[in-house]
Amino acid sequence: MAGNKTYKIVLIESSPIIIQGIQELLRPHREFSFIAVVRKGKRYAETLRHLSPDLLLVNPQLLDSRQMQPTDPAEAPAVIALSYQYLHPEILQHYNTVIDINDDRETIVRKLQQALAIPQPAGETNESNELSVREKEILVSVAKGMINKEIAEQHHISVHTVITHRKNITRKTGIKSISGLTVFAILNNLIEMSEVE
Amino acid sequence: MKYLVFTPEMKLADVIHVNYKLLLILPRFGISLGFGDKTVRECCTEQGIRPDFFVMACHLYTFDDYIPAKDEIIREMVDDLIRYLKHSHSYYLENPVAAIREQFHQIALQSDPAHSKILHRFFEEYKNELINHFRYEEEVVFPYIRKVANREEADSYKIDMFEENHSNIEEKLNDLKNIVIKYLPEKTAGTERIRLLFDIFQLEEDVNRHTLIENRVLIPLVHKLEKGHGRKQNV
Repeated sequence: MAGNKTYKIVLIESSPIIIQGIQELLRPHREFSFIAVVRKGKRYAETLRHLSPDLLLVNPQLLDSRQMQPTDPAEAPAVIALSYQYLHPEILQHYNTVIDINDDRETIVRKLQQALAIPQPAGETNESNELSVREKEILVSVAKGMINKEIAEQHHISVHTVITHRKNITRKTGIKSISGLTVFAILNNLIEMSEVE
Repeated sequence: MKYLVFTPEMKLADVIHVNYKLLLILPRFGISLGFGDKTVRECCTEQGIRPDFFVMACHLYTFDDYIPAKDEIIREMVDDLIRYLKHSHSYYLENPVAAIREQFHQIALQSDPAHSKILHRFFEEYKNELINHFRYEEEVVFPYIRKVANREEADSYKIDMFEENHSNIEEKLNDLKNIVIKYLPEKTAGTERIRLLFDIFQLEEDVNRHTLIENRVLIPLVHKLEKGHGRKQNV
């Protein structure tokens, strides 16, 4: 199933070295297809409207991250920052994750897959169906009835990241509804009954 | 695409032999077992229902890709259709949902008390959503359809508002399956759990067919009626 889908990526970057480099690096991975390169952040909004990509790779210096608040979080693409030097955490909280200039191909691919919530082939990676510590924390917040925005604020992460975590939680557990997730959290002793009443 | 598998002239017993799951819909048409060698037409006439609607429902329950032709879906089916859907609602609540609830609660009681409490609560939420959904159809949607069918002035409701409503209920039922399959502790109520799951899968399949009847008969029919209504013509 995962083998057939291609994920549309839009790259927002001005450096020819990076533009060519990252495309070259990901060439063997047919599931990722670069559908556009935007060299100026200002053109960003209109490009997105037309292309509906699954993922944005962004040089944060080209973009005012405040523009990035999606109108509909469910439809929003995953967003990854490209980092060449120190980036302020306040900027980074608008991104699902960060690709560092020193990351190797494997790491980059893994980060893309995680951001896109692509199911990992069983046994091939270290990531099992166990929820990560972070995912458990998010799950507890969901079970307590918090909305995405509150969860983002509490954990100092972006709404994008909360949504990605929630997609991963649902993929791993097979449970979608909030009350179902609450049952899961209680059965696994992640939370006390008294906290959800 | 024309399906000629079931016809009004076929013996009802033979229909059941082709697809035994149709046993589930007989009571919703008021038909009880013991009909001997009567044909579909005879059994339907006794109950005052249209044989063509009964056959359509049988096809929808049997073939995934069956879509009735537009000219087969007619105004005269409205009463049978609404009666059928209402009977299905009460059937679900009184039979499979009640049985699943009972089994699920019995199994939940074997878990520790805090767990059993949240499991109870989850199921009650599901049931209440289901009841609300049915009530909404019976109190808002069906009366509206009757009005449109009778060419009475209807309020501003349109059938397109109806279509979205199902996803939450399906989602919860699916979550329920995963909870029972994966997350109740091992060794809890092995046999009972399997029986419960069969009932849940069966209910899910049945409700999916119910949704097909709504999507492929009810909604096209109402669209047709709404159009005719707008133009003040006969449909």
